[in-house]
Amino acid sequence: MSEARAFSAPGMALRTAAILFLFVIIFTALLSGAYQWTKPSIEASALEEKTKLLGDVLPVDAYDNDLIRDAVTLPPTPELGLKEASTLYRARKAGTPAALVFEAVAPDGYAGRIRLLIAVRADGSLAGVRVTQHKETPGLGDYIEPKKDRNKEHPWIGQFVGRSLANTPDKGWRVRKDGGEIDYHASATVTPRAVAKAVHKAVRWADRENARLFAMENAK
Amino acid sequence: MTRDELSTIAWNGIWKQNTSLAQVLGLCPLLAVTTNAVNGIMLSLATILVMALSNVAVASLRNFIPHEIRIPVFILIVAALVTVVDLLFNANLHQLYLVLGIFIPLIVTNCIVLARVEAFAAKNPPLQSTFDGIFMGVGMLWTLALLGGLRELLGNGTLFGGIDMVFPSLQPIQLLPADYPGFLLGLLPPGAFILLGCLIAWKNWLDARAAARARRQPPAPAAALGCH
Repeated sequence: MSEARAFSAPGMALRTAAILFLFVIIFTALLSGAYQWTKPSIEASALEEKTKLLGDVLPVDAYDNDLIRDAVTLPPTPELGLKEASTLYRARKAGTPAALVFEAVAPDGYAGRIRLLIAVRADGSLAGVRVTQHKETPGLGDYIEPKKDRNKEHPWIGQFVGRSLANTPDKGWRVRKDGGEIDYHASATVTPRAVAKAVHKAVRWADRENARLFAMENAK
Repeated sequence: MTRDELSTIAWNGIWKQNTSLAQVLGLCPLLAVTTNAVNGIMLSLATILVMALSNVAVASLRNFIPHEIRIPVFILIVAALVTVVDLLFNANLHQLYLVLGIFIPLIVTNCIVLARVEAFAAKNPPLQSTFDGIFMGVGMLWTLALLGGLRELLGNGTLFGGIDMVFPSLQPIQLLPADYPGFLLGLLPPGAFILLGCLIAWKNWLDARAAARARRQPPAPAAALGCH
């Protein structure tokens, strides 16, 4: 303190500002150093994560191309419930279209939006559906997520596999309570209803846009 | 550092100035996260790491930080360290990061970190400050584990739900019969407030009883050393 008294008020302010600036420089350098150093392994694990998620909806033997690189960026698509741009992956086997993997959103879940990852084969049938993000009530509506589903052998979300517009009529895409073919758990109907509706819309969209999507220029 | 200093720091952190029960700081993550014991323990472990690091950083730099700008500098240090811990977890312990990931950024909102930096690390040497950070975190750990355990027991009838996310080989313990309907209040924020209130009352009752006993029969001088 006795040393500080030697400074005039503006000098003091300048000195304080200089010290603060120095701290900002040091800790920003620390941050950017840590960012640069960890970047490669974070990217590697994000890629692994993505591959695993894609593997959940589409079996790896269904395609032989580099799925993650064969991607196009979709503009906001109301048919998929998406208000933002998203990425669509195209699976091909021996050069011919095999499946489309894309995101969709069920806007009318019990607690807001439910994000889905959907894989539709080139013949229009579903290869798999996974819920990637939701806020449904724990213990009630969260069985749409296989990890939380108590039925481990036949998780609820599995019943969409193999369904297509050809084998399931429009009415069939509703939950049983509404006269459809989709099972649900009593006391939580809003959640499966929302998911089934979004999946149905997505399948119809994929059926219509199939040819155009496979012909699109690669994004990367 | 003497043994006395260490035991004072430990006693303060674990019981006397317990972050959740005595200082009542950091309620935002506490209420949001303690829907089960595992979440509470995980958040506390991440907080212990950040508190030890930020306390030692501030204690080492304390002579270079002007008093007037200490708060912005402390915030800078805490935020930078939390981000570095977040990045390191993500890069090197990815499986654990997937579980802890959501909790680490929450630590920034926990004012207990800043409070210990300001109240302790800014005035004490690095070694003592490190232990203060660790023991404050341990105090938080047992409180959050207890609160989380009580809440999930009330709400779901289980204990250590979600443990399979951390150790895939372990399963949650079903304490109440499987057809226990669940008491949703336990899992919702009001239940957390009510239970936290009960825990604080329990601590105050124990402290008041200990103080009354100390007044009735003054302890031998040797015994009095440990607790203050």
